[in-house]
Amino acid sequence: MNSRVLTIAANTFREAVRDRVLYNLVFFALLMAGGSILVGQISIDIERQVVVNLGLTAVSLFGVVIAIFIGIGLVSKEIEKRTLYTVLARPVRRWEFIVGKFFGLVITLVVNTFLMSLGVLLALLYVAHKLERGDLTVVVAIYFIVLQFVVVTALALLFSSFSSPLLSAVLAFAVFIVGTFAEDLRGFAAMSQGVTRVGATIAAYLMPNFAALNVIAEAAHAKPVAGNLILFNTVYALLYALAAVAGAVLIFERRNLK
Amino acid sequence: MKSRGPVTLVFAVLTLLGLAGQALLVRKVDALRPEATLEEVLYIPSAKAVKRMGLGYTGLVADIYWTRAVQYFGRKHGKGSTRYELLYPLLDITTSLDPNLVPAYEFGSTFLAQRPPQGAGQPEKAVALLEKGISANPNEWKLYLHLGFVYYFEIKDYLAAARALQHAAEMPGGNPELRAIAGTLAQHGGDLQTSRQLWMMVYQNEKQAQLRKNAERHLAAIDNDEIVTVLEAAIADFRRRTGRDPKSWAEMNANGYGRTVPIDPQGDAYLLIEGRVEVAHPETFPFITKGLPPGQQPSIGPQIVVQ
Amino acid sequence: MPAIEILGLEKKYEVGFLRKTEKVALKPFELAVQEGEIFGYLGPNGAGKTTTLKLLMGLIFPTAGSARLLGRHWRDPDVKTEIGFLPEQPYFYDYLTATELLEYYGELSGMDPTAQRLRVPEVLERVGMTAAASTQLRKFSKGMLQRVGIAQAIIHDPKLVILDEPMSGLDPMGRLEVRDIIHSLKDEGKTVFFSTHILSDAETLCDRVAVLNEGELRAIGVVADLTAQVGGKVEVVWQGEKAKPAVEALGAECRTTASLVRAVLPEAKLDAALDAIRQARERLVSVTPVRATLEDYFLQKLGRKPLEEVETR
Repeated sequence: MNSRVLTIAANTFREAVRDRVLYNLVFFALLMAGGSILVGQISIDIERQVVVNLGLTAVSLFGVVIAIFIGIGLVSKEIEKRTLYTVLARPVRRWEFIVGKFFGLVITLVVNTFLMSLGVLLALLYVAHKLERGDLTVVVAIYFIVLQFVVVTALALLFSSFSSPLLSAVLAFAVFIVGTFAEDLRGFAAMSQGVTRVGATIAAYLMPNFAALNVIAEAAHAKPVAGNLILFNTVYALLYALAAVAGAVLIFERRNLK
Repeated sequence: MKSRGPVTLVFAVLTLLGLAGQALLVRKVDALRPEATLEEVLYIPSAKAVKRMGLGYTGLVADIYWTRAVQYFGRKHGKGSTRYELLYPLLDITTSLDPNLVPAYEFGSTFLAQRPPQGAGQPEKAVALLEKGISANPNEWKLYLHLGFVYYFEIKDYLAAARALQHAAEMPGGNPELRAIAGTLAQHGGDLQTSRQLWMMVYQNEKQAQLRKNAERHLAAIDNDEIVTVLEAAIADFRRRTGRDPKSWAEMNANGYGRTVPIDPQGDAYLLIEGRVEVAHPETFPFITKGLPPGQQPSIGPQIVVQ
Repeated sequence: MPAIEILGLEKKYEVGFLRKTEKVALKPFELAVQEGEIFGYLGPNGAGKTTTLKLLMGLIFPTAGSARLLGRHWRDPDVKTEIGFLPEQPYFYDYLTATELLEYYGELSGMDPTAQRLRVPEVLERVGMTAAASTQLRKFSKGMLQRVGIAQAIIHDPKLVILDEPMSGLDPMGRLEVRDIIHSLKDEGKTVFFSTHILSDAETLCDRVAVLNEGELRAIGVVADLTAQVGGKVEVVWQGEKAKPAVEALGAECRTTASLVRAVLPEAKLDAALDAIRQARERLVSVTPVRATLEDYFLQKLGRKPLEEVETR
């Protein structure tokens, strides 16, 4: 890969690492993973389920907050605070900046998720005393959570390429929530008629499909996830992120920096 | 603008490829996941729990569950499934979240009550759902009408059906014609004429497209059953007179039985095979009880729910 | 070959939400900055100086016109390996140390890693920031940020340095140091194009200046040529108070110190003033021409004074 993209990605990662707020969020996620042990002890017989459910939900939710928070912070803020001026005054193409930011954010999220997941796995180990084959689904669930973050980050990047940090955050959260109900949205679209149906179908298919990326319930019951689903979800998340990042580039290429 | 053109082109192509690709993948993932999704649904089997988790947006959540119920039915029906275990729980959650969602009772009772594959074959659940609906919406006369239907067609309790229709007739907005039907029900329970009157009632009063379509299909099936009955009588007469089966409709016509080839309500000519009357396309003709080839199950019909 | 050629650049903005009106930030103009020059880009605040620099750096896009930088098309990203840019009131990644920041920019400019390792301390030394080399930028004062800003603009040894208000935020010592840096860049054969509204800086530094007002280019030239267009003034000093009212009547400002009266008045009024002094039989001490400043030029040609900067410390 292009060395400027790598430089920007590395610096983005460095910025996230040095941001104290992130540590707080990771800390809270770990706290919840730990807390799940306590809750698990109260709910007789389903300790493992509670630990997995609560732990992974915490990873997913805090992760999304982090993804949106840094995804927007690190791009909108650069525009707002004009740190971008001195970067674009270099032989840096605008697309390199966006792509570099994206990779930097993804690395950050992978590391964050790894740390948080470690907490969940340790809690699981504490409750179950050993890891079993069925726990592989937990790993798959974590992998899907990462894919979800990749999509959220790409969207955060897309929104911050044209709007203010606050608005970007609101938009990204809204799309995250809508995307969680993506299947129902497609259901609604399918039930409408005529022109509305065409419009609603297009809108429904433009929304990210977070429901399919959530297998926390299966992980809690240690049910295996189909290999095809892993493959399709991976390709899906990558294509969606590609579209969002490329869209961000298209907008950003034309943007007059204030 | 040097260097801006190609960049724009490349990223525009990437955007489009990504969008098209992800839409295709969503379909693949959807095809893989219906079971998984439903497990999620079942994971919160209690309507009260769902209500709490809806954070007060129960209307919206009800709509979501309503969509899920319809999608679930449509998907299962499309596959020709005979098991609809989740239809009732989904409808129950939907109507607990929004007790005034009248279409959910109407739709739900119709498709819960009908025998597989046209429905779940759970008429008692349909009655339970309708009674829940009636207690929440005491002024909806159509709920009584549907209740009458379930009793009449599926449970075959003609007295209960008559009572329900009587209710429907007396309610404000209710159709007074129902009173007459209710009166004859007890004596003539099960005959085609009464069935036709009942389905006509739905057909004329129902605004929901799916349910109207359903009534239309039932009416067509009744027409078919009547026509086939007449044709079979004619053939039996022919057999008695000649001692053999007629070979074709032309032979029947030549012997004074009708003047043309009989046409079924789907617009196809009836087949005359070894003295039996058969519809040409039983696979697209649901609800019929006569004119089916030997051993042929009643068809699931065309998709009832838009998918 | 000119280092900068501006070919009819124009920038219009749409303002307002419902009823859009067009605001012209920059009217089309031509300008060529020669290689090896120190070129001052002058004008009051809001004249369009920053707009021009942002256009040149590709941060905003013009509504018309184009430019050439170092003989290349201005949109060619690679030309920027040869250009250093300091934006107005720069803000940098405050989680980095000065050294990390310069390394980051060096890498982005495609510098060789070994050359860069030697170059960073050298540049920090040059802007007087050696002591703060490993301090995070969040602890920097405005003046220190300005120095780091200049350092990042020259880290990759560019041929052309574009500085937006390089003296702002600096104390008098700092300002002097920046002047020295700009001078030394010229000695190294670089071209320096900088904007300022502090005219004394331009007078002491620039080979040529351009004057911008309300988005319009008003003048280009050597400082002396511009000030020569402004009518000269003379200072007359004499002994005695009697001629004072008559001289004041000519529009001069008179100040009395001990027995001497000093009056500054336009050259054209000199004869009348001398007549008045002679008639009052008072002793003429001296007549000296006063050199016109850019400030005089601004006052006379633009009818306004560039806003003096408010010092932050």
